[in-house]
Amino acid sequence: MAATSQVFRVIRGRRFGRILVPAITCQNCSRSPHPCISATQPHSFEQRWRHQVRGYRTSPAWHTYYLTPPQVNSILKANEYSFKVPEFDGKNLSSIMGFDSNQLPANAPIEDRRSAATCLQTRGMLYGVFDGHAGCACAQALTERLFYYIAVSLLPHETLMELENAVESGRPLHPILQWHKHPNDYFSKEASRLYFSSLRTYWQELLDLSVPGEQPDVAEALVSAFKRLDNDISLEAQVGDPNAFLHYWVLRVAFSGATACVAHIDGNELHIANTGDCRAVLGVQEPDGSFSALTLTNDHSAQNESEMKRVRSEHPLSEAKSVVKQDRLLGLLMPFRAFGDVKFKWSIELQRRVLESGPDQLHENEHAKFIPPNYHTPPYLTAEPEVTRHHLRPQDRFLVLGSDGLWETLHRQEVVRIVGEHLTGVHQQQPVSVGGYKVTLGQMQGLLQERKARISSTFGDQNAATHLIRHAVGNNEFGMVDHERLSKMLSLPEELARMYRDDITIIIVQFNPHVISGQ
Amino acid sequence: MRGGVCSIRALAPVLLPRWLCGPRARAARLHGSVRFLSTDSVSAALPARARVVICGGGIVGTSVAYHLAKLGWTEIVLLEQGRLGAGTTRFCAGIVSVAKPLSVESKMADYSIALYERLEEETSVKTGFVRTGSLCLAQNQDRLLSLKRLASRLKVLGVSCNVIKPKDVARLHPLVNIHDLVGALHLPGDSVVSPPDVNHALAVASAAHGVQIYEHTSVNHVVVKKGHVTAVETDRGSIECEYFVNCAGQWAYELGQSGEVKVSVPLHGCEHFYLLTKPLSEPVQNDSPVLIDMDGRIYTRAWHGGILSGGFEKNPKPIFTEGRNQLEIQNMQEDWDHFEPMLSALLRRMPGLESCEIQQLVNCPESFTPDMRCLMGETPGIYGYFVLAGMNSSGLSFAGGAGKYLAEWITYGYPSASVWPLDIKRFGNLQSSRTFLRHRVMEVMPLLYELKVPRWDFQTGRQLRTSPLYDRLDMQGARWMEKHGFERAKYFIPAGKDLLALDQSKTFYKPDWFDIVGAEVKCCKEAVCVIDMSSFTKFELTSAGDQALQLLQRLCANDLDVPVGHIVHTGMLNQRGGYENDCSVVRLSKNSFFIISPTDQQVHCWSWIKKHMPSDPQLHLEDVSWKYTALNLIGPRAMDVLSELSYVSMTPEHFPSLFCKEMSVGYANGIRVMSMTHTGEPGFMLYIPIEYALHVYNEVMSVGQKYGIRNAGYYALRSLRIEKFFAFWGQDLDSFTTPLECGREFRVKFDKDTDFLGRDALLRQRVEGVSRRFVMLVLEDHDTELDVWPWWGEPIYRNGELIGVTTSSAYSYTLQRHVCLGFLSPTNTDGSPATVTADFINRGDYEVDIAGQRFPAKAKLYPFSSLFAQQKRRKDDMELSNFQSK
Repeated sequence: MAATSQVFRVIRGRRFGRILVPAITCQNCSRSPHPCISATQPHSFEQRWRHQVRGYRTSPAWHTYYLTPPQVNSILKANEYSFKVPEFDGKNLSSIMGFDSNQLPANAPIEDRRSAATCLQTRGMLYGVFDGHAGCACAQALTERLFYYIAVSLLPHETLMELENAVESGRPLHPILQWHKHPNDYFSKEASRLYFSSLRTYWQELLDLSVPGEQPDVAEALVSAFKRLDNDISLEAQVGDPNAFLHYWVLRVAFSGATACVAHIDGNELHIANTGDCRAVLGVQEPDGSFSALTLTNDHSAQNESEMKRVRSEHPLSEAKSVVKQDRLLGLLMPFRAFGDVKFKWSIELQRRVLESGPDQLHENEHAKFIPPNYHTPPYLTAEPEVTRHHLRPQDRFLVLGSDGLWETLHRQEVVRIVGEHLTGVHQQQPVSVGGYKVTLGQMQGLLQERKARISSTFGDQNAATHLIRHAVGNNEFGMVDHERLSKMLSLPEELARMYRDDITIIIVQFNPHVISGQ
Repeated sequence: MRGGVCSIRALAPVLLPRWLCGPRARAARLHGSVRFLSTDSVSAALPARARVVICGGGIVGTSVAYHLAKLGWTEIVLLEQGRLGAGTTRFCAGIVSVAKPLSVESKMADYSIALYERLEEETSVKTGFVRTGSLCLAQNQDRLLSLKRLASRLKVLGVSCNVIKPKDVARLHPLVNIHDLVGALHLPGDSVVSPPDVNHALAVASAAHGVQIYEHTSVNHVVVKKGHVTAVETDRGSIECEYFVNCAGQWAYELGQSGEVKVSVPLHGCEHFYLLTKPLSEPVQNDSPVLIDMDGRIYTRAWHGGILSGGFEKNPKPIFTEGRNQLEIQNMQEDWDHFEPMLSALLRRMPGLESCEIQQLVNCPESFTPDMRCLMGETPGIYGYFVLAGMNSSGLSFAGGAGKYLAEWITYGYPSASVWPLDIKRFGNLQSSRTFLRHRVMEVMPLLYELKVPRWDFQTGRQLRTSPLYDRLDMQGARWMEKHGFERAKYFIPAGKDLLALDQSKTFYKPDWFDIVGAEVKCCKEAVCVIDMSSFTKFELTSAGDQALQLLQRLCANDLDVPVGHIVHTGMLNQRGGYENDCSVVRLSKNSFFIISPTDQQVHCWSWIKKHMPSDPQLHLEDVSWKYTALNLIGPRAMDVLSELSYVSMTPEHFPSLFCKEMSVGYANGIRVMSMTHTGEPGFMLYIPIEYALHVYNEVMSVGQKYGIRNAGYYALRSLRIEKFFAFWGQDLDSFTTPLECGREFRVKFDKDTDFLGRDALLRQRVEGVSRRFVMLVLEDHDTELDVWPWWGEPIYRNGELIGVTTSSAYSYTLQRHVCLGFLSPTNTDGSPATVTADFINRGDYEVDIAGQRFPAKAKLYPFSSLFAQQKRRKDDMELSNFQSK
């Protein structure tokens, strides 16, 4: 197959940045660098990749440079993480067997984030995928903070009381969350004090609002936590911080943006809170053993009719044309809901005021200064999630949370098939049976060795998320992983990678059908 | 649900003679299947009582029934939950081979072959017996060495075998590819049978002797009252009985757990696969030899013109961890992907089979035990409850011999050979954890065909019992071995050594730890070493009156009526005068005693004492093994270290040998200090309540610095005790060895007031003279660097004639020679045992056969190095006093 056609296939239908600045603004840009975080302009993109494609075919360097399978594996496995819910007495009593997660960067640095944690004060586990744009600051803040907000919202009055009393009297706190983190998933130290005081304010308010003996509703808690955190991000940026570094940091968080998809699983109750265009898909095993996909979220983007309606309804008729342009919010932003992105939330005056009082670094940041066109009736953006509740059934085998980098390369049905077959593993590979046929030992040996080779190559991934990424990046038109293609995609230079693929973040939660059917 | 009357079959004994001599006998021979028993028998109610109830109608259960019946037992009932031989027996491959790791196992297999051969004649049931012989192949020199060692051991048993060249293999079995072979062991006596038919034949023969067999009858549990078996509850009612034999194979563990009084039967199932092929174009001869290719992990035999081939893979699949309800043994799934390595090994060994057609892949679960040896004997604590199970996939080879031994055991109270390595009392409750068993059997099954070099250790199921000093010692470089679940240091690796290479060193020759242990031994001889010996079994026997003394006087051959504070080394003998235990007893006070026994005696010794203990509420036996950490301070400087720590003079004048005092060591008070070691070197044993262990150890180490103290391990201990001619129970001594045979008459007090157990037998033996004698053989002309090291089980030759076997061996760093300990048991010309005299021993020329090579040796009846050590010590003392006076 011609190398060109392959690459064309990859690029077709792919966008190069979450925030696209339309042609009009581009004229403005001619005097200043592009306000996008990626410093290149769309039309120059076009030229550049065309140029690269040519080079791709002709340049000998491109032809000869291949990654070996172990190199490919080390790239794919660099961020993989697995967690198995500990077994008690040889039995797993949780509805969750464990989860696999992984990320593959395309941006440098990667703008996706992921989180997984067990709630220690209440039951249940939390999983989240966060897709940042205009930098990773907002997504980073979400991984560190959002689960705490959710966990606190889920606490009954009595536990909140204990928590507050412990802090008040300086006693050690019972941990609220047990994190399941990959070593590469860092937490920033600097802002933790600020984050904590905001969180404490939040639970103090919850204390006032809640009634003893009442259990918080999960869906309400999720919505409340999402909105509150976005509010806090916004407020912190407005208030600022005496520490210059922190001040710059809170502004970076507020001016960047992130979408979030969070799953809360407690026993058979699954809640998904989604803001933006990450997606949660349930893998359902049919009676015949095959897998089908059940999407649990709606993308908040121009493709979603009701979202279009919602956005339009929130603004005067006069803006009906400008509010969504070229399938983007104000012609700029792909997701219609997001955290941060105060450029789409604050009034112009507020933005100017904050920027002026902000640290000097901000003045050099053109993105921050840039005001979206047709910006008349803010806010245009919200972080309010859409919450889906699902009662787990025995046939629900796993949940895939993925950033849009996954969903635009693989159809959800394909995703579910790949993961399902991987999780059920070799067993799903039909066991060999001689039956009544005439099979010689030699034939059998050949067959078995072939199967073994197949298992060790494709099924070599212990981690289902890694396996999925391998398919997402390396699938050829037959739905098979093509090593050559995989090698090319992974060896793309940093500045090119983003053109061929987006950051991919995946969390795959495996359910325990024995427990689920028992409940 | 089963249980309808029609499905309940009983084999009425009255019917059998008719079967055997009537015209139907021919029919039976023609069909020769288990089915015959069921279809022709009549349904009958269970008897209300019997003497013996055997649970399990597989090859093992029927063999026990057969041998009991042969020994004249009546009222034997055998219960089988399904059909006879429907479990592992039905599926097993049918190879009977004497190539087993232990001599007693080879002996059982040898007997089994003889039994199966004559069964056909005895019962007219075709058993498919063919004496095919077997070939154990070696792909490398180490394997060949292990086969040569096996060959010399088998020669002692009188089993014929030859080590042959690859081209001889090709002659014996033309299908075999010999290009990668370096040699093989040919065992012409090995045979194949049809297991269900042997099972059937044994059942028929047992029934002919009056055994009542009931199929489709499950045992629910065994009723135990006052420590005795009284009845068996089945799904069809209960049977009163005196003896119960658990031969339930895979289910023996569960059956043991089912009763009110739990019986620990530590075994666990693993799936086992073998392949059946259709007949080859040129059918394989019925009598073509069995192949055992351990390096390829496979075995094969001829099967109806084709091949039967299975193996013991590296990644076994344990099964039935959670009990039997998961899967039925009859419909186990085949797993070709799992079998692939074995299929490849088979095709490599027999490339001609490539075009041969597959008949079936059989999945036949087998049960395995934590140490690869079967479980046999009376369970501790319940009289009349016997077990025979856990055959580690050698059930067919062992069943005959094991059934015979167990029948003897039930009849006489002990079997006719020493079966301690198979005795179920080597295990306790601590090996009963399902997790432990599951993990351990995953190691055991591949280990069956793994090359085993001297002093190999299990890797799984470790760190179960440890001393409180474990972490400290581990940090100082301890390498560990395990005994009865307890971690013991082998030796300590000095800083800077290549640890990995040392851990992976596997050799029949000089091991890598040679110099390390040498340095530890040197330190024991010249300065002082600490050995953590906490694993020892420790009991306390106390009473209000003199019951404790009376009991011990009855149990022990030595005189225990000694002043308080004395230590007595003594054997606990059985009626035959053989050692049931070899222990040290301390008289703590007038009526309390502290009994120190070997580690693996924990269950055995306990049940031995309990068995002979009167039920007197004022007599109390307690297992205090876990309460004390035992440190052995060994070496001439031990007394200096201790006296500095306690401000008490520890010289022999103040603290004579074999004496025990409670004293303070460092800050810790109440430490039992005993002036004895288990090696014959000067030194002390400290029995320390565990909470003081770390303190005392730290103090000893810091004070010991200036005396050159260091840690030592069990390898140093072993070298020291063997060069001093110290016999250890379990290795050298067993229940068939008397004190007279191992030169320990001085520890037998014939004239003490109490008539101790075994006294009569010993008196008789004293008059008649001993027919076997424990000797020490010092190897001459053995190059430590280049020659294969002795281990145990090597034949001893006197004047060119086979006369005995070694039981343990070690390199003596003092003598700079190898020392083997072993027994000489000469025979007269007519084959009867001859009396051994000192003169006879001293006048012979000895050789020890190590892997087929004979090394000259000097036989000694007494150790001679103790003399050197004492002289040396006196010299050192003088030097030290000179030094101090200056």
